[in-house]
Formats: sequence, C-alpha cells, structure tokens
Amino acid sequence: MGIDLSLLWAVIILFGLMMYVVMDGFDLGIGLLFPWVKAKGDRDVMMNTVAPVWDGNETWLVLGGAGLFAAFPLAYAVVLEALAIPLVLMLIGLIFRGVAFEFRFKASNKHRHLWDKAFIGGSLLATCAQGVALGAYIQGIAFDGAQYGGGPLDWLSPFSLFCGFALLFAYALLGSTWLIMKTEGALQERMYELAKPLVIWLLAMIASVSLWTPLAHPAIASRWFTLPNLFWFLPVPLLVASAGYGLIRLLGRRATTLPFLLALALVFLGYSGLGISLWPNIIPEQVTLWEAAAPPQSQGFTLVGTLFILPLILGYTAWSYYVFRGKVGHGDGYH
Amino acid sequence: MFGAEAIDLARIQFAFTISFHIVFPAITIGLASYLAVLEGLWLKTRNNTYRNLYHFWSRIFAVNFGMGVVSGLVMAYQFGTHWSGFSAFAGSITGPLLTYEVLTAFFLEAGFLGVMLFGWDRVGRGLHFFATCMVALGTLVSMFWILSSNSWMQTPQGHEVIDGAVVPVDWLRVVFNPSFPYRLAHMALAAFLSTALFVASSAAWLLLKGRGSPEVRKMLSMALGMLALTAPLQASVGDLHGLNTLEHQPAKIAAIEGHWDNSGAEPTPLILFGWPDMEREETRFKLEIPALGSLLLMHGLDEQVPALKEFAPEDRPNATLVFWSFRLMVGLGGLMIILGFLGCYLRWKGRVYDSRPFLRFALWMGPAGLVALLAGWFTTEVGRQPWVVYGLLRTQEAASSHGVMHLSLSLTLFVVVYLAVFGTGVAYMLQLVHKGPQGQDALPTSGGPGQQRTPARPLSAVDETFDDATA
Repeated sequence: MGIDLSLLWAVIILFGLMMYVVMDGFDLGIGLLFPWVKAKGDRDVMMNTVAPVWDGNETWLVLGGAGLFAAFPLAYAVVLEALAIPLVLMLIGLIFRGVAFEFRFKASNKHRHLWDKAFIGGSLLATCAQGVALGAYIQGIAFDGAQYGGGPLDWLSPFSLFCGFALLFAYALLGSTWLIMKTEGALQERMYELAKPLVIWLLAMIASVSLWTPLAHPAIASRWFTLPNLFWFLPVPLLVASAGYGLIRLLGRRATTLPFLLALALVFLGYSGLGISLWPNIIPEQVTLWEAAAPPQSQGFTLVGTLFILPLILGYTAWSYYVFRGKVGHGDGYH
Repeated sequence: MFGAEAIDLARIQFAFTISFHIVFPAITIGLASYLAVLEGLWLKTRNNTYRNLYHFWSRIFAVNFGMGVVSGLVMAYQFGTHWSGFSAFAGSITGPLLTYEVLTAFFLEAGFLGVMLFGWDRVGRGLHFFATCMVALGTLVSMFWILSSNSWMQTPQGHEVIDGAVVPVDWLRVVFNPSFPYRLAHMALAAFLSTALFVASSAAWLLLKGRGSPEVRKMLSMALGMLALTAPLQASVGDLHGLNTLEHQPAKIAAIEGHWDNSGAEPTPLILFGWPDMEREETRFKLEIPALGSLLLMHGLDEQVPALKEFAPEDRPNATLVFWSFRLMVGLGGLMIILGFLGCYLRWKGRVYDSRPFLRFALWMGPAGLVALLAGWFTTEVGRQPWVVYGLLRTQEAASSHGVMHLSLSLTLFVVVYLAVFGTGVAYMLQLVHKGPQGQDALPTSGGPGQQRTPARPLSAVDETFDDATA
C-alpha cells in the first residue's frame, strides 16, 4: 500500500504548530514581560533580541491553518467554528502586536508609549486566546456527525480560562529565559529574578492541568493510567519534574543558555502530553484523523508543494537564527 | 428573520476583511512588476533616474507588502471560523489552492524578497535584478492560485460531490476552470491599472506642490503611458469576461443589466441608469437605449439578454447592488481611458508636467483604480449569490451558525482594529510618497539575512520615523 497521507499531514501540521508554539512563544513572552521593565533602553534591547525573527515565527501559524484546511477540511470547519471567538481575538492580538512592533521603532517619543501598550496588549490577548482555544479544544467540541453542534460560548469554561491563564506563565518563562540568553547586565539580572517564580508557577499550572484533564475526561484518564500505557508514558511527568528542578538549579547558578533550552523542553513535554491524551483524534473523542481527512487527491496534490517548500523555510529559519546568535546590547539598535 | 440578519453580518464581515486585504496585494502585484521594469531600464540605460525611482518605490512596496501579510493572516482562519459549511463542503479543493498560495508567498519571503529589499550593495547587479523579477513573478503566481480558487467557486468543474462534500477528480480542470483565464487577466490588469494610477497620482501631487524633479516627471510619464496602454485593453478584456459570465452565470448578467422581463420579442435595451427594485421586480426610473443590450451582449438583434424573471426569486442576486457596483467600475474605467488619452495628448503638446487642471485630475484619480477593482469584485461576488459555490452550495448553507450578537461584536472589532492599524499603515505610505524620490545619498543601507533588517519583516526596510511627517 502507499503512504498514509493523513498520518503524514498530521505530522506536518503538528510539527508546524509545535514550531509556532516554540518560536512565537518566546517572542509573545517578551511582550508579556514588558510591564516589568520600564526603561526605554531596556525595552529596545528586548525587542531587538526578537526583531530579526519574530515575523518568520508567525508564518508557521499561517501554514498550520492552511494545511489543516487542505488536509482535514472537516476538522478545520468544526474546530474553527467552535473556537471562533478565541481565534478571532488571537488574530486581532497578533495584528496589533505585529504592527506595533514595526511602528514602535518609527514612532516619535511622544507616541511611542501608545505602541508599547499595543504591543503589551496584543501579546496578552494573543497568548490568553491561544490558551483558551487550546483548553476548549481539550475539553471537547460538540459534533453532530456533520457539523459543529454546540453554541457560540461552548469554549468558555473554568478549564479553558485556566488554560489561558496558564499559557501566560509558559510564554513568560520562555521570554525571560530567552532574554537571559540574549542579554547582559541589569536586564539579564532582572530576568533571572523573574524567571525563578515563573518556573514554580508554571510547574503548578502544568500539575493542575494534568490532574484536571483526566479527572474531567475518563477517556484521557484511561489512556494514561492503564497498563501498559502507564509505563510508556511515565517518563513524561518524570521529565517535566526533572526539567523544572534543573531549571531552578541552573537559574540559581546563573547559567545563560541552558535555562532557555530547558524551558523549551518543558513546553515540548506539555505539547507531547497533549498529543498522548488526544491521539489519534482530530476532534477530541469523536473523529479520528482518517475520518476527517480530505480525499487523497487533495492531500497528495498539496503535499508535493509542501515537501518542496518546507525544507527551504526550515533551512532559512535555521540560518537566520545562526546569523543572529550572540548577545544583544544597548548599542545594537536595529535601525 | 434572525437567520437572514446573521448571514448578512457574516457576509459583511468577510467583504470588509477581504476588501481591506485585496487593496494591498493589488498594489504589491503592480509595484513589483513596475520595480522590475525600473531596474531593467536602469541596467540597460545606466540612467540614474531609474535607480532613484527604484529605491523610492521599493520602500513604499515594502510597507505595502507588510500590510498585505498582516491583513492576510486573518483570511487563513476566517473560512473556518465563519464559513464552516463552505470549508467542510469545498475544503478539499479550496484548501489545497489556498495552501499553494501561502507556500508561494513563503517561498518569496524566505528568498528573493530579502535580496530585493536588502541586497542592493551585497549581491551583483544581475543577481539583484533576477531577485526583483522573481518577486514580481511570485506575486503573479500568488494571484494565479487565489484567482483559480475564486474562479472555481464561480464556475466549478473537475470535481464530484460525494457524501455531501466536493472531491477533486481532475486538478487541471479544477485549476483551469472556464472563468479562470478571463478573471485572471482582468485582475492582473486591474492591479497594474491601480498601481499606474497610484504612481501617476503621487507624481501629480509632487508636481502640484512644485517639487518636480527628473524622477517625478519620469514616473508620471511612465504611469500615464501604462494607463494609456492598459485602460483600453482592460475594457476589452472586461467585455470578454462579461461574455464568459453570460455563458456560465446568466443570472449575474441579468442583474448587472437590471433587466427583468423577456416577454416581448424586441431586442433587449441597455439600461444606463435606474434603480432595480427586488420587491417590485422592475427597474424604476430607468434611462435606456433601445436594442443596445442585445447588440453589446449577444452581438446581434435577434437574441435577448437573459432576464431576472427567468430565474426563481430565491435564485436571483441582488440587482440593486450589482447594477450600481458594475456602473461604478465601468464609469471609473471610462475616466481612466480619458486620463490616459489626455496624458498622451498633453505629452505630445509638451504640457503634461505643467497643466495644473490635468495634474489635479490625475491626483484625484489616484484611488480610482482600487475603487474600480473593489466595485468589480463586489459585482462578481454579489452577482454569484445566492450561491457560494455556483450551483452547488448556497451561501446560507455555507455560513457557521453564529448568532447576530456574536457577529455584530466581531464585525465591530474588525472595523475598529483595521481602521486603526491599516489607517496608520496607509498614512505612513503617503508620508513616504510625500518625501519624494531622493538622489544618490539615499541609497539603502544594507540588510537582509544576517543583518538587523530582515525580509521576514518587509516594514523594516524603511527607516523613516513615523508621525514626524508634518515637520
């Protein structure tokens, strides 16, 4: 038999979304940390650390959306309709943030604070909305066999709001550890101070979501807590605990690069945990990847172009990060 | 009643967001080709006027491109959030076509755009010119996919409907569907015309302010030449597009013509102006020319133009709207032809750079291309109603089941945010225009991969500070 196109597409989309979370996560985090850093010079440095890369990071979001539309139109239709409100809020947050990013550098001193606020507000809105959308997705989406069967506010629940709140800590931790890696002096010290409580908060958030989810969803509980699955998946929480512990130790020892990598690992582990809970359903507990798949003609047709372009995007991304490696100081204005 | 209101709001929101979006890509398409021509001419003649113009317009291009990327982000999600019925039904065709558009855009951003915007003094001249040409080509390829996707919704073929969803059977037939070539040519010319009018208007503005330079005169001359060439061409392509529509979507033509009844035997008149009234099933206060409708559309007096009453009331598009949006487009097209002709005449008389009435006319025609483009899109999209995929899926079935409250809020939010964000962007572009082309000393500083300024953020190509414009 030929290749399982649906599986391949699921891997591409999951990979794209993970790239998005990993990469846009830390630059959204910078916006979240802005209120804790007041000086214009420090704020300039913070933005300069992500200036060369942030927009490229969002391309993954567009690719994820378009790929889902092409390869799993049913899931695209049902899930996006169900999550319409948080997704629209996310888009509006990202628009504000994206434009604020550029115009802040071009604004006069008189108006800069407006774009600073747009940057903070946009980052906050986009992050919360992503977390809420994710939480709402995990808690399940009403599907009547053909289309979305729920109401406009089904996404709104204590659990989804909690996820929106939790994601703030994840992105803020990514942002602060990124800045620890990319900056020096007082700003870096400030980030060390902020990062430590963020780790503890984030671990508490991960623990709460990890307990809340199986308690509310027996299917997810049985996925995790039956044998032999338990043994296969046990490393995930153990790794989370050790990554958290390692992070606190490393921050105490003023390590520069490793905290960011461990923060990424934490986010990646959370993402894997979600994958384990939901796989292979694309509409949780109801529709599998294969049931939501577009016809093979569509998946195959789109795959050709994607497999051609994807390596180019990856290579280019890797190159631009490589070129911008190293510390960013006060002198390195980006204009 | 509530259902009807919700669907209207969903349509208004889509129309609003996509209208805002399309303006930027249209100018991107036109400017990219213009830049390729400018650079080619510079390489050929070594006349620095072309080089200075290239740098002037490439900065405006960069801001415009950035606005297009930001406003496009919304489009990738809106099909699902607000048109889930459509997405589930037609996603297996629309999804891949749109994904190809996204991939084309990424390909551009990742490679050639960087070299074009930031590589002026970092790569050889030939390679830089190649990059500019590839960006121009890329914008045209992007347009190819979008227009293919839209045209398939107008004249679907190459598919089967299985279990209530579309399945592509023959991609060649899907992509090259019957209305696609006409729509593609019409849109490409519209993008070129809009850009030519934007360029001419910018030049006229600077000349009227007494800031004429060889560069400004050159861009006026080039833009007017382009206009004189493409405006009449657009009229004939539009005519062919209309005949194609007559063949595949006769109800749309009937609505555009405001023509209701074919009970008599006489050839169809052409209604110049009037008020098509959907309730009364007639066009009120009409001013018509006998037989001209048959002559124009059927190319003879024997046949009649399709009439709205031949279609069931629930299958009729809103004639009031398309009747007028079509006339707005055609009227502006006529003015463009006049402007192009006048430009040639004054050029010949040697007065084109000094005639203030003419320059004022050119200045006011600046937005005409984009207005006509939007009016044209309104005509074809509203004229497709009540179908979203012609003959296959009704718009009513395509929408997500959001309520009025939800849709009013999200529409308001989009309007406020778009006006604030893109209003600022457009103001910034006009500020750059106002600054005018500069000489040798304004050559761009380098940037690009490995530099602080990067192609992933086209806006960073421009270093003018904002809101110091009035200083």
